[in-house]
Amino acid sequence: MNRVRTVLLPPALAVLFAALLCAVALLVSGDNPLTALAVMITQVGEGTTAVDIVNSAAVYYLAALAVAIGFQMKLFNIGIEGQYRLAACVAAIVGGAVALPPVLHTLVILLVGALTGAAWAGIAALLKAYRGVSEVISTIMLNFVATGLIAFLISTDAFGVLRGNNISTQPIAPSGQVPGIPLGDFGRIFGLIFLSAALGVAYWFLLERTRFGFDLKASGESPTAAAAGGVNSRRMVIIALLLSGAVAGLVGLPELLGRDLAYTLNSPTGYGFTGIAIALLGRNHPVGIAIGALLWAFLDKSALALDNVGVPREIVLIMQGSIVLSVVVAYEIVRRYELAAEQRRVAAQLRARAAEPAGVGSAGAGSTGAGS
Amino acid sequence: MTAVAERKAPTGPLRGRRLPGWARSALVVAIGIAILAVTVTLTGQVQLTSSGTAQAAVRLLLPILLAGLGGLWSERAGVVNIGLEGMMILGTWGAAWAGYQWGPWAALLGGIVFGALGGLLHAVATVTFAVNHIVSGVAITLLGLGVTKYLASLVFVPITSNPRESPRVEGFTEFSIPGLSQGAAALEDQQRVVVSDVAGLLGGLVTDLTPLVVIGFALVPISYYLLWHTRFGLRLRSCGENPVAAESLGVNVYRYKYFGVLISGGLAGLGGAALVLNPGQLGYLEGQTGGRGYIGLAAMIFGNWRPAGLLAGSALFGYVDGLQLRAGGEAVHALLYTATLIAVVVAVYWVARRAWVPAAVALGAGVVVYAVYWSIDTVPREFASYAPQLVTLVVLAVAAQYLRPPATAGEEYRRGEGD
Repeated sequence: MNRVRTVLLPPALAVLFAALLCAVALLVSGDNPLTALAVMITQVGEGTTAVDIVNSAAVYYLAALAVAIGFQMKLFNIGIEGQYRLAACVAAIVGGAVALPPVLHTLVILLVGALTGAAWAGIAALLKAYRGVSEVISTIMLNFVATGLIAFLISTDAFGVLRGNNISTQPIAPSGQVPGIPLGDFGRIFGLIFLSAALGVAYWFLLERTRFGFDLKASGESPTAAAAGGVNSRRMVIIALLLSGAVAGLVGLPELLGRDLAYTLNSPTGYGFTGIAIALLGRNHPVGIAIGALLWAFLDKSALALDNVGVPREIVLIMQGSIVLSVVVAYEIVRRYELAAEQRRVAAQLRARAAEPAGVGSAGAGSTGAGS
Repeated sequence: MTAVAERKAPTGPLRGRRLPGWARSALVVAIGIAILAVTVTLTGQVQLTSSGTAQAAVRLLLPILLAGLGGLWSERAGVVNIGLEGMMILGTWGAAWAGYQWGPWAALLGGIVFGALGGLLHAVATVTFAVNHIVSGVAITLLGLGVTKYLASLVFVPITSNPRESPRVEGFTEFSIPGLSQGAAALEDQQRVVVSDVAGLLGGLVTDLTPLVVIGFALVPISYYLLWHTRFGLRLRSCGENPVAAESLGVNVYRYKYFGVLISGGLAGLGGAALVLNPGQLGYLEGQTGGRGYIGLAAMIFGNWRPAGLLAGSALFGYVDGLQLRAGGEAVHALLYTATLIAVVVAVYWVARRAWVPAAVALGAGVVVYAVYWSIDTVPREFASYAPQLVTLVVLAVAAQYLRPPATAGEEYRRGEGD
């Protein structure tokens, strides 16, 4: 019961609060919130929406995992955005240039993506570890530089080719593509969705079942305690950011290998920031992140459906933004409430002990320090 | 560089006496202009110091400067403000909405109010609820973008039938400082070494000004005075340096943090208004901030969390941006030459102080930059636009140890829980 209250209640409250906020905004602008809600729910059953949601969620899941790896160590890798875009671009260039047998080709593309992402994050990691530069600032700057680098890489001066009116990289040959699973009228599920799922399991295993995961979380919680336990914090910073960057490097690949087949100037952007939001929603837990990713993708798709019935689609952005902000506030409120409840309980126990001088042991006293 | 000099001066082997701060800044500016003049003479890139470039630079630096000042007020109070970008976006909408109805002064007010609303949200989350500052900032940028797009489609669509654009906003009438402006233009036309360069740069600063430019530049000394020479400022900064000590002396830390973040939001919103009132393109345009909130943050870090340094940072970024817009990659290419000269000057400075390692590093950097300059003819446009971010990365990599941020910026503080 207690666990339900602290873990599940805050996000539920936050979603409810955000929905109420949006309902008020819609009422003010003269739209009917109930119609909007009905449209949002019924759209899931229509056409390929359900599959689209799952596909988007798989991509968001990777982005959020990348963020969560950093969060576990209290590192804010704001640079997922630049890492995944640069990685997708480089992977597309390499994938379009090499000729390899089917499975190997795909593996090479995946590897190039992960390595590029890790290398780009590695700049921030080295700056943090050896020059003491805050990873927040350096990754934000690297995001901008990545945008410039991508524009240069896919320009016709470098690796780009002109296809119609659009500049793109060389398309990837069928041997490198991951076709996906057709579901008839419902659309086609990305093949790399299994990669997302596998990485989710690997993430859980790494953090919960290995010594490395323990060290990682320990250096995030208390660098001094971790150092006293023999953890080299500088090494942990570098490894955590490299891992985060490597996962980020895979974010763009399900769409690249399953749908787009080449990187263009119109390739999707913004997944990095979505990943941050989802990691916060899911509290860095692999299952929580999965639920958050599905919710986010559902809201994204709702924008289109809402547009069709004349409700401003931007309401979805407000909903997403307010969910993130209210979920972190809700966790804080619940945390304070729990702390106060704990203190009351301990105080009651102490009073009870004072009332009967014989004493019943020190069961309550130990837990006072836990919450603060 | 000033920060470097500050640290080293008392123990420097050459002399113990330090130049006063204003003299050092003036010296740095003078050396900078001299180096630019030499570059112009040797490379023939007249646009480097033309009044047109200076004018473009002023227009481009203004939003960055205001966002940077916003970051300064917030971080001095101990709250990291990654949400500047979101507050700026909110400011652009507020400015356009108020501006197209009631004119440019209303636009300024609208920008400030909407930016401050974003700041209020940040303050509630970070100060009252002790939410992580970065988290709240990211969320506010998301939310600011959403709210702005929603409001734009709601309010502007009936008028312009385009959710990405507002109706045209009336701008300020531009004015030039009489006498100075023409005199500078005349001197610039004579194309004399150094004199014309100085005249060009200064001329750009006094030609076609708007009240907003004057306000923006005035806010730098005003911020300095308020933060460093008033009781209010001392208390606000103490909340960023050591909130527990401030609390023990009876300062209401929460209130000062709220002040800092609200002012921060207002300034970022004003930066948004500066974009809306930019003479080139009057009105709200979706995505017009283009990450300038983050560049403002970078300018603040470049300036070592100080108003004058921040001005230098935004001037540098605005200058490179303006140069790239007016004269393209070849002029930016010439800046590499300037960078080489700067590296040499820095190396000489360190040699004079008998600091051999920094001197060697500076010289090595100069050699690398010169090799780049020599091997390419023009800087690709894609990189020229991101010069500010690259410069910030380099400054952080080289000088992070000399930077001195407020001691508890970004740390959570809860009233009465200090130890």
